Amino acid sequence: MKILVCISHVPDTTSKINFAENDTKFDTNGVQFVINPNDEFGLTRAMWFKEKQGANVTVVNVGGAETEPTLRKALAIGADAAIRVNTEAKDGMQVAKELAKVVQDGGYDLVIAGRESIDYNGGMVPGMLAAITGANFVTNCISLEIDGSNATAMREIDGGKETVSTSLPLVIGGQKGLVEESDLRIPNMRGIMMARQKPLNVVEPTNVAADTSAVKFEKPAPKGAVTLVDADNIDELINLLHNEAKAI
Amino acid sequence: MSVLVYTESEQGKFKKAAFEVASYGKAVADAMGVSVTAVAVNANDTSELGKYGVDKILNVKSGDLEKFNAKAYAGVIEQAAKQEGASVVIISSSADSKYLAPILAVGLEAGYASNVVEAPSSTSPFTVKRTAFTNKAFNMTTIDTDVKIVGVSKNAFGLVESNGNAASEDFSPSIPASGVVVDSVDKATDKVTIADAEIVVSGGRGLKGPENWGMIEELADVLGAATACSKPVSDLGWRPHSEHVGQTGKPVASNLYIAVGISGAIQHLAGINSSKVKVVINTDPEAPFFKAADYGVVGDAFEVVPTLIEKLKAFKAQNA
Ligand SMILES: Cc1cc2nc3c(=O)[nH]c(=O)nc-3n(C[C@H](O)[C@H](O)[C@H](O)COP(=O)(O)OP(=O)(O)OC[C@H]3O[C@@H](n4cnc5c(N)ncnc54)[C@H](O)[C@@H]3O)c2cc1C
Ligand SMILES: Nc1ncnc2c1ncn2[C@@H]1O[C@H](COP(=O)(O)O)[C@@H](O)[C@H]1O
Repeated sequence: MKILVCISHVPDTTSKINFAENDTKFDTNGVQFVINPNDEFGLTRAMWFKEKQGANVTVVNVGGAETEPTLRKALAIGADAAIRVNTEAKDGMQVAKELAKVVQDGGYDLVIAGRESIDYNGGMVPGMLAAITGANFVTNCISLEIDGSNATAMREIDGGKETVSTSLPLVIGGQKGLVEESDLRIPNMRGIMMARQKPLNVVEPTNVAADTSAVKFEKPAPKGAVTLVDADNIDELINLLHNEAKAI
Repeated sequence: MSVLVYTESEQGKFKKAAFEVASYGKAVADAMGVSVTAVAVNANDTSELGKYGVDKILNVKSGDLEKFNAKAYAGVIEQAAKQEGASVVIISSSADSKYLAPILAVGLEAGYASNVVEAPSSTSPFTVKRTAFTNKAFNMTTIDTDVKIVGVSKNAFGLVESNGNAASEDFSPSIPASGVVVDSVDKATDKVTIADAEIVVSGGRGLKGPENWGMIEELADVLGAATACSKPVSDLGWRPHSEHVGQTGKPVASNLYIAVGISGAIQHLAGINSSKVKVVINTDPEAPFFKAADYGVVGDAFEVVPTLIEKLKAFKAQNA
């Protein structure tokens, strides 16, 4: 089985978000970048397939050279090879179209992406990629088993979960549950050494156009001070929630 | 030309999100000088849509659409959009709508903006405000394609009534085969979901252990609320993963969010910030949550929550 794991390179969850160039660009100054958390679950599940069922695992990112340390980290965790499509995409559709080319050229059976990325959190790329390549698609995926060309998956739905059956080629939007938090892999020294020898191929983009453009960023308006209510005066809290906030 | 809205229903009844997308669609249609068409799938009674500005309803009834299927539903909406010559398609931010939207975007060759929080500031160029960086910021986005898809965030636009009279007609699209078959659904039907809830009651590590969640559930019961928790609480197995809210869990955009024994880490706040009114109950006055909340009680959850339950019961009885 050939697996492609899509890796989004995102600001660490603790990052303060600031903008530059007249609020038109995300200010990356002092920001640490990491593998998108949903993609970490997917990558670890891919390692499981590799070890238990035999699979070749490639990781891919559509982005500039600055994303290479993130791809190297994925190689250190155990992926066999990495591909970087050398373009700074403007929206999800552009990323999906670039990834579709990689999928078609590489003949992957299974594409594991994340349910959403935590930067623009569009939740778009996996579904678009599936639709473009004609693959089956399961998002909010919390478990995945592959048997030959058949797949069984569980997905989270509002208020519960459902079990689905489908077949390869398949794209999933994965999340926590695909593996447990405690099973997430962290690169060890040997993995980091080995990653240096593994191929990281840079491919040029097809230069498709984006459908949308981010023209300006804004930070939320500063929050007013909290109204404190004495623990002995819960009636007052109920009064405020009812009469002032109109929330109950 | 028209604006098409996908009005979701569950077991034949429209969800609140259906009326919210209809209201939003009406605002867009007015700005563009066009009408609003709704596409409804297996809804029992579509008459209510007129109240929210819908002019025409495409009523789809099909046994093949009984269970939600992203590809099949995307196909239905795509055909409706093409028939109506829709230039803008509005959907909600429910898990189902987010599942089908990317497929629909490819089918309609449409640009798609998700998590949109306001009516377009301009319809030419078509410019919307959406959340970015998991609610830590906003982003003005233009959609540059001929057909546009807008995913409206829950509770962001609200319901706007207008006196319309929607004419309903049958619509029988061909339903594309999907390679994904739902074998079984495991869903608690008697519980309010985080996605649909107007009020969410959430517990953190301050509650010490799973055995103490009785009072959280009781508080949620009294308020008709959904229950949620912080990430460590689900990682520790005190509560199911499906209750984990925050930047890496579920987003919460309820009217009221009550956080009990939650410190207010940046990742937690990012996920719940779109809730309108936030209340924190915490023993530590320095907990960061107090900076993000509207109302706060510095106190021990084990004393404050039982009192709150008791007083709310009395309040409910009085206001019933
Ligand atoms: C990559 C990454 C992603 C993350 N994503 C998320 C996420 O999506 N969601 C999320 O929630 N977290 C997330 N976190 C974790 C986050 O950083 C915090 O660790 C977590 O939110 C803290 O949970 P807590 O508030 O329940 O626990 P704590 O921080 O331990 O806080 C417990 C609070 O309870 C109070 N308390 C104690 N006793 C009482 C009492 N008797 N009555 C009232 N209050 C009491 C304490 O004063 C304290 O403020 C993430 C972390 C990382 C690294
Ligand atoms: N630039 C990118 N390169 C590779 N994969 C990506 C990229 N952007 C998004 N993805 C994948 O798509 C998922 C959802 O991202 P998004 O649609 O941006 O929310 C991520 O978790 C990744 O798996």
